[in-house]
Order: sequence, then structure tokens, then C-alpha cells
Amino acid sequence: MIVNYGKCLHCGGCVGACPQNAIYLNDYILEFNEDCNNCGRCVKLCPVGALRREGKK
Amino acid sequence: MKKYHCDVVVVGGGPGGSMAAKYCARGGLDTIMIEKKAEIGAPLRCAEGVSKKWLEEVDITPDPAWISTDMKGAIIRSPSGHTFKLDESQAGNEVGYVLERHLFDKHLAQEAGRAGARIMMRTAARGVIRDKAGKLIGIKAESMGEPIEIYAKCVVAADGFESQVGRWAGMDTSLDQADILTCAQYRMSGIDIEDEYCEFIIGGAAPGGYLWIFPKGNGMANVGLGILATKLKGGKTPIDYLNEYIAKDPRLSEGTVTEISSGMVSGCPGLDETVGDNIILVGDAARIIDPLTGGGICHACRTGMYAGKVLTECNKTGDFSKEALKPYEKMWRDRMEDKLIRNYMAKERFATVDNDTLDDLVLMIQDSDISEVNVWNLLKVVKEKYPELVEGFEDLI
Ligand SMILES: Cc1cc2nc3c(=O)[nH]c(=O)nc-3n(C[C@H](O)[C@H](O)[C@H](O)COP(=O)(O)OP(=O)(O)OC[C@H]3O[C@@H](n4cnc5c(N)ncnc54)[C@H](O)[C@@H]3O)c2cc1C
Ligand code: SF4
Ligand code: SF4
Repeated sequence: MIVNYGKCLHCGGCVGACPQNAIYLNDYILEFNEDCNNCGRCVKLCPVGALRREGKK
Repeated sequence: MKKYHCDVVVVGGGPGGSMAAKYCARGGLDTIMIEKKAEIGAPLRCAEGVSKKWLEEVDITPDPAWISTDMKGAIIRSPSGHTFKLDESQAGNEVGYVLERHLFDKHLAQEAGRAGARIMMRTAARGVIRDKAGKLIGIKAESMGEPIEIYAKCVVAADGFESQVGRWAGMDTSLDQADILTCAQYRMSGIDIEDEYCEFIIGGAAPGGYLWIFPKGNGMANVGLGILATKLKGGKTPIDYLNEYIAKDPRLSEGTVTEISSGMVSGCPGLDETVGDNIILVGDAARIIDPLTGGGICHACRTGMYAGKVLTECNKTGDFSKEALKPYEKMWRDRMEDKLIRNYMAKERFATVDNDTLDDLVLMIQDSDISEVNVWNLLKVVKEKYPELVEGFEDLI
């Protein structure tokens, strides 16, 4: 997952919305673990559009 | 590694955590509350609107220090701009305050501290600790950059929407997309709004949710919206919707933005299970929040208080098993579940209504002469023309 830290407001929304509990908000940094199955939900739901999947624009 | 021992460890220093810590400490339990961030109540992730009535129930005395605005009423605005104004006299307990959450949350944490709870800032839970038999006996955390362990007889998960502690402990707190609202908000000033009315704009401006303007005095307000996740289309984000609306509302378009925030709220009527062996979930972490309005401060305070009371009882026998914690489950369900379910159904129904019907509904209510506005009276008006919209609700009211 690629995070645009220029946009991210570290609200933790993606963390709570992730069906896999694969994200951890470490202060201002988002850590994704191996449980991520690339479902794309966090990308779609981020209120400010700060996330995108690797290899996608 | 530093190890701490206590009776109860509360994860999260929001309203739910502070109330739980306060009532645990008051009940004589050795209580530690940890908060990940460097400041309680900040940054803002909230529109700060609350009704008044419940404060007394949780023994919080309103204090001008953390109240920004005392509301006179509410305005509901339809997609094409028809409005319906609810005044204090008709709105009953729906009218309330707009808070200063950075001060309100700190006030609650200070109360917890005064009651005897130890608060550890910049301390984040990273996982749970189990003994050889698999029993939950504490949490792993990181405190000021150092790994620590906190051992406790019970864990209170008050970690808000992020809700990871419950999941680390093996409880299912995951949400369907249809039960997630994704939100963006600006603090605006220099805008032309009514300073004592909360405004709710329904329909296309915020599909499946609503757009709010909650005044903070002197032409300032929290202007934000929540959109139902399943209604997000074509890569458009909540902040895009917010910008679009502000640009076309002349009352707002000339305003100044001094703060941007985002967040998500759940829109389900609470988890099926909010207790497990040696763990109890409160507030947003338990997904106990009004599914229709997204208001959760009062639910967090109530559930935090109930958790503290039940844990105090459990400490008398030393039994913190799921069975022993069940009274918590019963307490919050008895107090809140009917309304949560009713509002959940209303939210589901509301999400299917198109803009024209919403316009018509607001006009109908505008023209009706209901003396006391409450859900029941509103539904009666709606039923005359749109019986299908209220079908199935009658027995819940
Ligand atoms: C945009 C928006 C607008 C809202 N508007 C309103 C409104 O107008 N009125 C209303 O009543 N409600 C509103 N809500 C909902 C309200 O904010 C929540 O229901 C309320 O804050 C819940 O309280 P809580 O204590 O359960 O969780 P929170 O207040 O979220 O507190 C959780 C705390 O836990 C901490 N935490 C998280 N993970 C960890 C960890 N691993 N370790 C340590 N600490 C951790 C967080 O930093 C946070 O401080 C809104 C929500 C959003 C997103
Ligand atoms: S939801 Fe978006 S803004 Fe919020 S923490 Fe995740 S990436 Fe950042
Ligand atoms: S893509 Fe899906 S599984 Fe992976 S982090 Fe995002 S929401 Fe979680």
C-alpha cells in the first residue's frame, strides 16, 4: 500500500475499517502487515484519498 | 522491559476510556489508562454536537469551560434548499450543546485521575498477553518509545473506531461496508450562518449520510459530512464532496478554513458481543454509536460508566470471566438497544430515499403543524403520504 503522507490526516479510519486488522497507525505512520489481502477497502474509504495500491495510479 | 501490574488496564483516553477509568478507580480498583497520542482530545475528529439530557445520567455537570455553544434549535435542509426549523420548545431533548472536545475530553480524563486512575500518555497498546493456558492477562504496549507490559485482571478496550484491542483479543469487531460512514470536516470562520442552530443537510450533498454545520459562535462552525461507504462512487472522496458543497453554498463559500479533520463512524446498532473473558469493549470500540446521527459521545460515556460499575462488582469475587462481565452487556442493551435498532432501521431506509422524495418530505413537515417534534410525530406525518417509508417501524417507536 502506498500512503501519500502529504494528504493523510492520521485519523485511523482505515485501521478500523480494514476487515483484516492489517493496519496499525504508529503516530503519523501507517504500518501494513502481512494479513492484508489487497481488498482495496482502505483505498476506497479514506476520507481524503491518501491511499493507493502498489502498481496503481 | 518494564512491567506494570494493576487490576484494570483501560486502552484509550477518549470519553469511553476516561469514564471507565473513573468508575473503576472510584470502585477501588487499581487502574491504569493508556493513551497513544500526546494530547487527550486532540486532534479533533468530531462535530462536537451533543444533546443535553444524558449528561446528568452519567453525572457530568455542564461547565462553560468546555461548552462552545448552547443551541436554540436545529435546521433540516432538503437537497433543493427547503428548510424545516425546530425550536427548543418543539425539539425537546434533541437540542443541545456544541462542545470544545479538546477540553471536554481532558476534563473527563482529569476526573479519572482525581478518582485515582494512573494515566500514561503516549503509550500505545500493540497486542495482548496471554498465559500458558491462553487466558488474557494483559497488554503489550509501547510507552515513550519503549516496549512495556501491563498485567491486569481485565482489559477495557476503549480504543475508538480503530478498535484493534478487541480484535487482538479474538473478538470480532469488523464492520460491513454498509455500516461505515466516512467523514471529512473543516473548522470554518467568517461564514454566514445562524449561530444558535445546528444545521443538517440531507440528500445528495452527502449520499447515505448528511452534511452538518454545527456553530461554534461568531460566524465559526464545524462544517463536515459523513458518506455511507457503499455510496462512494468513481474515486470521489468525502473531502471532494465537502469542497463541492461549500463552493456552491454562498453562506460558506467565502469562509476561511482553519482546521481539517477526517474520521469514520460505524452505523450498526452495536456488536453482538461486547464482553469476552477478561475483556470488555466500550464506546466506538464496541460500535455503540447512534447509527442514524453518528453521535457517540453519550454512548461512550454511558458504556464507560457501566463498565466501571460492573468491574467494581467483579473485583469483589475476583471473577472477570465473560459470564461475570455479562451484566455490562445487559446494562447497555437495556438502556440503549431499542433506540439503536430503531435508528439503524431508519438509516437503512433513509439511504434508499431519492432527492425528490427528501425534498417533498421536508416540505410536508414544514407544512404540518406538529406542536412537539419527536420521532413519533414526524413518522405520523410521513406515513400519510409515504406509508412504505415507515413500514415496520410502528412497533419500535
Ligand atoms: C467526523 C466525526 C464527527 C463526529 N461528530 C460527533 C458529534 O457531533 N457528536 C457525537 O456525539 N459524536 C460524534 N462523533 C463520534 C464521536 O467522536 C465518538 O463516538 C466518540 O469520540 C467515542 O468515544 P470513545 O471514547 O469510544 O473513542 P475515541 O474518542 O475515539 O477515543 C479513543 C482513544 O483511544 C486512543 N487509542 C486508539 N488506539 C489506541 C492504542 N492502541 N493504544 C492506546 N490508545 C489508543 C485514541 O488515540 C483515542 O484517543 C463524530 C465522529 C467523527 C469521526
Ligand atoms: S483513513 Fe486516510 S487519512 Fe485516515 S489514517 Fe487512513 S490513510 Fe490517513
Ligand atoms: S487493502 Fe483491505 S486488507 Fe489490505 S489494508 Fe486495505 S482494507 Fe486492509
